[in-house]
Amino acid sequence: MTGSAMKMLRWSIPLAVFVVLLAFLWVGLGRDPREVPSPLIGKPAPAFQLVQLHDTGKTLATDDLKGKVWLLNVWASWCVSCRVEHPLLLQLAKTNIVPVYGLDYKDKPEDARAWLARHGNPYTASIVDSDGKVGIDYGVYGVPETFLIDKAGVVRYKQIGPLTVEALQQKILPLVRQLQQ
Amino acid sequence: MTGRGRVGAWLMTITIVAGAALAADAPPAAPSPALEARLKKLETELRCLVCQNQTLADSNADLAGDLRREVRELALAGRKDAEIRDYLVARYGDFVLYDPPLKGTTWLLWFGPFALLAGGGWTWWLVLRRRQRASASAPTHDPAAEARARALLDDEPPASPRTRDAAVHAAHRHKR
Repeated sequence: MTGSAMKMLRWSIPLAVFVVLLAFLWVGLGRDPREVPSPLIGKPAPAFQLVQLHDTGKTLATDDLKGKVWLLNVWASWCVSCRVEHPLLLQLAKTNIVPVYGLDYKDKPEDARAWLARHGNPYTASIVDSDGKVGIDYGVYGVPETFLIDKAGVVRYKQIGPLTVEALQQKILPLVRQLQQ
Repeated sequence: MTGRGRVGAWLMTITIVAGAALAADAPPAAPSPALEARLKKLETELRCLVCQNQTLADSNADLAGDLRREVRELALAGRKDAEIRDYLVARYGDFVLYDPPLKGTTWLLWFGPFALLAGGGWTWWLVLRRRQRASASAPTHDPAAEARARALLDDEPPASPRTRDAAVHAAHRHKR
């Protein structure tokens, strides 16, 4: 090895190590540790059959929604960040692009009904999961969460935390259009 | 039925009713200390997803309570530890396990540190070897160089530090 090549290596190796380290830190620190990737993506949505919030005599089951692309929005009247995404859900409901079903998670039905009466009801239907069992089946850990489920009943996307305009426009709605075809 | 038998039956009924009334408030009771210990151990190996650096056993989060209840119910239903772990992993991902499983996506996590250590050791060995070679091939004694060094030392004016001292003294004298 010649002297100049030696000198090059002496500089370039630490520089390369530094750049790799920088890239790892850049990506690693930019991630939100609260967003745990869901193992449900690409798997059949866990089946449920639950009582509806407004029509307590009726139930809604995953099988009833086969053949439709739909959103399952997990919410609760006690959930503060649900209020953040609520106007967006109302807007989405008005467009009629995709039906949104609400899973009222660990909540009192009367509180939930009052909350929807006050803030507006974007849901095609809401179902009651008072003990959170269906929530556990869906791996819910931070309300609000939103799942996109396709015609075959397979989970295609999961939004952890409030819906955002970016998430809707860049990920969810394009995926909805693609799945509806 | 004898008199004593009737009293015994009554006592038993009372005990069962009282027991049921107490049990209604308490969390589902584990039938044995062994199961209790098993649950405790299992809960310390599982992560609470709300407060991510706590185990299910430590966390006070609402979800942790629900998951502890779920784990207990599964254990009471006769599921094995591995089955209970799989049940939670299917819902929350490997993240619920404090001890990540060895598989394709965690390969770097498990072996990365050892690979780094090996790389560092290898570099160290290379550097040491090069140094050893350099010192072995370098001439230890070069008479010509030594003569040159001696000449340089002899040439140096020996009085230079003293001259500076003298100048300082002179300055002091001047001030007085």
